[in-house]
Amino acid sequence: MKKLNIILAALLGLGLNYSYAQTPKGSVLIKNATVLTVTKGNLENTDVLVQDGIIKQVGQNLAAPSGIQTIDASGKFLMPGIIDAHSHVALDVVNEASAPIVAEVRMKDVVNPFEIGIYRALAGGVTISHAMHGSANVIGGQNATLKHRWGSDDPAEIIMQDAPRTIKFALGENPTRVHGRGNGIQPRTRMGVEAVLRNGFNEALQYKKGWETYNSGKGQKGNTLTPPVYNERLQTLADILDGKIIVHCHSYRADEIYMLINVAKDFGITKLVFQHTNEGFKVAPEIAEYTMGASVFADWWAYKMEVYYSTAFNAAILQRNGVITSINSDSAELIRHLYHEAAKTQRYGGLTDDEALSMITINPAKQLGIADKVGSIEVGKQADLVIFEGHPLSSYAVPQMTFVDGVKYFDIKADKDDQRQFVSATEMVEPVFLHSEEDHQCLQDVDAYFEAFQGAFLEEKN
Amino acid sequence: MNRILKTFCASLLALLPVAAMAQIDGEFVKPRTGKFLLQNATVVTVTKGTLNNTSVLLENGKISQVGTNISAADAEVIDCSGMFIYPGMIDGGTRLGLVEVSSVPETVDYAELGNVTPNMQALTTVNPNSEAIGITRVSGVTTVLTVPTGGLFPGTAALINLNGYTPDQMYGGFKAIVMNFPSSGRRGRFDRRSDEDIKKDSEKALKEANEIWDNAKKYLELKNAGAELQYYPEMDQLSKAVSGELPLLIVVDAASDIQNAIKWVEGKNIKVIFSGVSEGWRVADEIAKAGIPVITGPVQELPSRQSDRYDAAYSNAGKMAKAGVKVAIRTDEEENVRNLPFHAAFAAAYGLGKEEALKAITINPAEIFGIQDQYGSVEAGKRANLVVSTGDPLETKSQIMHVFIDGYRIPMSNRHIRLYQEFLERSPGLKAN
Repeated sequence: MKKLNIILAALLGLGLNYSYAQTPKGSVLIKNATVLTVTKGNLENTDVLVQDGIIKQVGQNLAAPSGIQTIDASGKFLMPGIIDAHSHVALDVVNEASAPIVAEVRMKDVVNPFEIGIYRALAGGVTISHAMHGSANVIGGQNATLKHRWGSDDPAEIIMQDAPRTIKFALGENPTRVHGRGNGIQPRTRMGVEAVLRNGFNEALQYKKGWETYNSGKGQKGNTLTPPVYNERLQTLADILDGKIIVHCHSYRADEIYMLINVAKDFGITKLVFQHTNEGFKVAPEIAEYTMGASVFADWWAYKMEVYYSTAFNAAILQRNGVITSINSDSAELIRHLYHEAAKTQRYGGLTDDEALSMITINPAKQLGIADKVGSIEVGKQADLVIFEGHPLSSYAVPQMTFVDGVKYFDIKADKDDQRQFVSATEMVEPVFLHSEEDHQCLQDVDAYFEAFQGAFLEEKN
Repeated sequence: MNRILKTFCASLLALLPVAAMAQIDGEFVKPRTGKFLLQNATVVTVTKGTLNNTSVLLENGKISQVGTNISAADAEVIDCSGMFIYPGMIDGGTRLGLVEVSSVPETVDYAELGNVTPNMQALTTVNPNSEAIGITRVSGVTTVLTVPTGGLFPGTAALINLNGYTPDQMYGGFKAIVMNFPSSGRRGRFDRRSDEDIKKDSEKALKEANEIWDNAKKYLELKNAGAELQYYPEMDQLSKAVSGELPLLIVVDAASDIQNAIKWVEGKNIKVIFSGVSEGWRVADEIAKAGIPVITGPVQELPSRQSDRYDAAYSNAGKMAKAGVKVAIRTDEEENVRNLPFHAAFAAAYGLGKEEALKAITINPAEIFGIQDQYGSVEAGKRANLVVSTGDPLETKSQIMHVFIDGYRIPMSNRHIRLYQEFLERSPGLKAN
């Protein structure tokens, strides 16, 4: 029996390795581009050599090794693949809204590689997205970091397997509305949100202690300890306490951001990124001091009460206060022009080109724990690249080609009319979605909780 | 050090428009009118080319002169060397002023109950103090059509200028009766009706629309014949579209609906503008042939079908323009109408071209609304709705330095900018006390 287990485990491990090893890796030489490295300045008339998915050389007059395709990018701009730190693209469902804490659920289990949104994101130069759980719970599910390997039919293949684990938290209106007002359970207020967090982590500490006691007694003579009941939810919280998971917390108001920083300090949680963070500018010094930064909208405000007192200068204020700042989409529409969203930090706060570009490349990479692998054009990094006609921060910029691991997944010249991989046989008439009705939203799938509110929240953004 | 200096300079630059009108305790900078001479700018007139080293004189709320040698001793001179003057931008479809916080129903005033309510006046409910108006106008969008929504005939849209203390002060001289054309499309992912039911519903809705229209026609006939009519405000208003006194702004998006709308309009001899028109590119030739002008948008939007090219919405305006349709652009927004120039830029990049894109948010909407004698270009005699910027206002990098609306110099401040001023360097900083 034991042997069988080992064989099974080996097979399982092999299976995982197999799917990881099989992700396509490409080789290409991109010539004569203006290379926006983001971390190492701008290089004119420069070549980038990619072999087996890795950037091997950045320089001038590079020769293509035999068999490697050359792309002339004269007059064009080459930048690192854009990274979206907040997305719900390629997820079949978004919210497990059934309890204030659902840390056990994983977005990895609901990844849909057929979703056309992946291709559309590629057409906007986005190579990596952080596919997040929704914001219905104080502690939501675990997110998945995706690489946009369009064309794969295997969910495992579009998951970035070498990215660390992350989890969604949410504060403020959404969890209090879903649970307090929708279900009549705590939290109904921002006080309740703090209580749910502290209660949850204290329970996780007890759970951890239970296992530690059991494990330390194991093997000792006369030991009669029985193991605690395994609990995936508490184990995940324990993993957060152990620093194995990066927390990405949906938040808007300054008070709730400040509250979570204090809770995190009390429990020794240091891997913390704030999402949306519309009032982050009010507590920018605190965010800068303790956290891995904030991932914000360029200019969204006023769609709900908790974002009414926000400002489009948020990203600039955060940046100037030393906060690692990224610009995200949280939208299947916005994800297609994050380069433009980042450029808005120049209108609202006069950020430099490098600062603006870092908000959609190296900064989100840092927040996802993958900055050693992606987020800039440097030798040794994974070759996620985008070629632009026009500077990517110009409103008139048009992405031309997008590469993931050196493989070209989008080419404006080879763009077919219908890029779908999967067409529903049951739909005789293709649905026409008007004005972004199919856009993904943080509160998707929670309509059942809002019957008392006549479904008004279906229109809710984020 | 160099970096710190650069950072400092960059922040100073960003504060420039603010510093020009800095506030002190107890003082509130109000919009003010007067005689202004905007000197030595590059003037992008839109209709008469681009003029270098040119000055523009504003007085009595109008552009009184555009030229190189303007003498106006009593005018307040604003040096615009190195800067650009553009006409104020016009958004052909918004809900600006009709809503404050969209998730708070008490602040949402654009959708009245009922299917036939053309007498609902958007202008009545425009809140001149809406925070979003101050946020919008410093972007150079000076004028918007604000449009009610809801049922089949949800109300009457109104053009407003983004300065003034009452709706009447803001009113821009154009109204249109809105019609949400019956849709044969699925309403979104929550629409679980069968294809057959969708077809039936759409036919029924169209039949209903025809009956209502016939009633309005009868109402007009009786009214013109001098009949004594009972109080019937819905029909009274709708009859103005029948008579051509007010244009009908038909909101329509799906290709088949656009075709139906073209057919529906035929022979009615009324003034019609299409709005939305997401799938206009599929039937562009037919729209052009019908001679119906279009206010399309948002441009930054997903394609309406999964099978569409990723850039279907970006390229829609360009394709329609190429087919000969007169095109203006709308954001269909409330709080982020300020993104109008960026929507136009995307349309420009994906086929419309820069020049046409600028027209689509200036002179084209003015012509579509029949107010081109007052709006849409920098020409003597027109309303003094102007933008002064450091560069192309469609580029995010450009800073908008001055905005004039109806000859009023608009303070380049709003809540977003004030929060920036307060929190860029918060005091106290990290530690209390």
